[in-house]
Amino acid sequence: MNGPRRITARISIRQKAALCSIALLAVLLIVWQAATCTSGPDASVKSPDDAEAVEYAMLMGKIPETGAASQSSSKVTGFPTPAQFAAEASRQLAHPFRDNGPNDKGFAIQLGYSLARVAAGYVIALAVAVPLGFLIGMSRLAFLTFNPFIQVLKPISPLAWMPIALYTIKSSSTSAIFVIFICSVWPMLINTVFGVAAVRRDWLNVARTLEVTPLRRALRVILPAAAPTIVTGMRISMGIAWLVIVAAEMLVGGTGIGYFLWNEWNNLSLANVLFSVLLIGLVGMALDLLFAQLQRKVTYVD
Amino acid sequence: MSTDTCVTQPASTPGFISVEALTKRYRPDMPPVFENVSFTIGQGEFVCIIGHSGCGKSTILNVLAGLEEATSGHVIMANREISGPSLDRGVVFQGHALMPWLTVQANIAFAVRSRHPKWTREQIGAHIQRFVDMVGLNGSEKKKPSELSGGMRQRVGIARAFAVEPKMLLLDEPFGALDALTRGVIQDELLKIVSATRQTVFMITHDVDEAILLSNKIMLMSNGPRARIAEIVVNTLPADRQRETMHHDPQYYRIRNHLVDFLVRRSRETDRDLESSATPRLVRPGLDDGDGDGEGEGAAVVRNAIPIIKAVA
Repeated sequence: MNGPRRITARISIRQKAALCSIALLAVLLIVWQAATCTSGPDASVKSPDDAEAVEYAMLMGKIPETGAASQSSSKVTGFPTPAQFAAEASRQLAHPFRDNGPNDKGFAIQLGYSLARVAAGYVIALAVAVPLGFLIGMSRLAFLTFNPFIQVLKPISPLAWMPIALYTIKSSSTSAIFVIFICSVWPMLINTVFGVAAVRRDWLNVARTLEVTPLRRALRVILPAAAPTIVTGMRISMGIAWLVIVAAEMLVGGTGIGYFLWNEWNNLSLANVLFSVLLIGLVGMALDLLFAQLQRKVTYVD
Repeated sequence: MSTDTCVTQPASTPGFISVEALTKRYRPDMPPVFENVSFTIGQGEFVCIIGHSGCGKSTILNVLAGLEEATSGHVIMANREISGPSLDRGVVFQGHALMPWLTVQANIAFAVRSRHPKWTREQIGAHIQRFVDMVGLNGSEKKKPSELSGGMRQRVGIARAFAVEPKMLLLDEPFGALDALTRGVIQDELLKIVSATRQTVFMITHDVDEAILLSNKIMLMSNGPRARIAEIVVNTLPADRQRETMHHDPQYYRIRNHLVDFLVRRSRETDRDLESSATPRLVRPGLDDGDGDGEGEGAAVVRNAIPIIKAVA
């Protein structure tokens, strides 16, 4: 009796939450609609009183005209209504792989560039952080040697490396990869160190009494024992890398979802800015889910 | 007679393991935990060590296992000094120490593969099955330790240690965390396995009955610091003793009373009395006030035991 009732209670709370989420989304859309409908960006310049106001409006990039021209320009430059956004988004979604020169690429191509950069920087960081973390976690000498460097380098904003990277590496694309590397290396390194250092003594003693070789011990005992901690570090790193790539691409330009966003801002197409912001959020969520899956796979019940 | 086999064995193979003047000091400004501990264990002997917490029992076991180093003294096994852990000395840890990410089978396989790296998958599988059967865990091979009860986990630990087929087995309070019923069942199993394999065993326990049931010799340790092996009690109960009937033997209570008496009273006093003598005295409380037959056995045992003491000293 108790069991099924508890299950129904859990299902109903899930359903309740889903309903609440949908309600919240509806409220947000209504607020959005209300906020964008009443106050158009060109409402203040609809009836210019004097030449000064006209000139001010022109300086702000708006042509103080009445009629159709004003209507069409507001559609491009103003904050879009949900309907306008939906139209723009469907236009983007219809051509995800279009490539009409550097300033008009489909969002899928841009996302591909960003993901490729993140993957490259991230894999290099993984290849450095895990072995180094093993070394530092297993040897007190290595820990004391590397610790001051880690403590100093860790709090540096990854974008602060950008000028140094651009100057030394020269290629802007490689610099972005370097920035991803430097920002994702620390959480992985530190978690690996802690994971390796915290492996239960009993398990190491078992390995010792079985005369297990150091390599086998590292791969068969320490790695699986520390895997949950390491994967947590990998998950944090991936989150940070995805945050940083957008900012880095805004700086270096050329390609990528960050550049796409900045380019649309320069086009004053807020609908597309909004579209890319949502896209960044969704991809970030997908990446996190991927790592949650991996985490579930390596976690063990003690 | 059964008592003969218990005691004459070390005489015939003197000091399969011999511990000589072992001392452990954790801090130089503190007295040592134990000092000048010497004893021998013969091949095929089951030795228990009893003492209060903090007297260094686990440290002695770890030194025997090679996991810890003594401050001074030596441990010699089969004419070789022990330095570091070895596959020849299997350990069953207090907290089972199974790898929680591996199944029962994989846990034992990890040990077997360490012993026999060249074996094929089939050979290893067959070997594992033998030891899984031995501890009565068929059907649970594919389970993870978290899906097993405490008693079953400890059995896996025992199977893993036995599967390596070490020359000596070291058990660190293996049943300490188990309930009385499970403990009894596993004790019976251990007794069966040990008598079948003639395994040499060194075991730490807090349970006097467990020691009487399982061991040939019971070493009593005085309290630390400066703990010593105060006495070695020879278990004169017949070798085919069983848990259910053991307490009907008149010797049982004599031995038991002697052990409890030591734990509650004499473990504190003996450290001063023993300052001078380097070797612990051998006692047979089971044969005290015994009938003529028992007395005769006792006398035989004493004569046989003398060489051991000499070998130690």
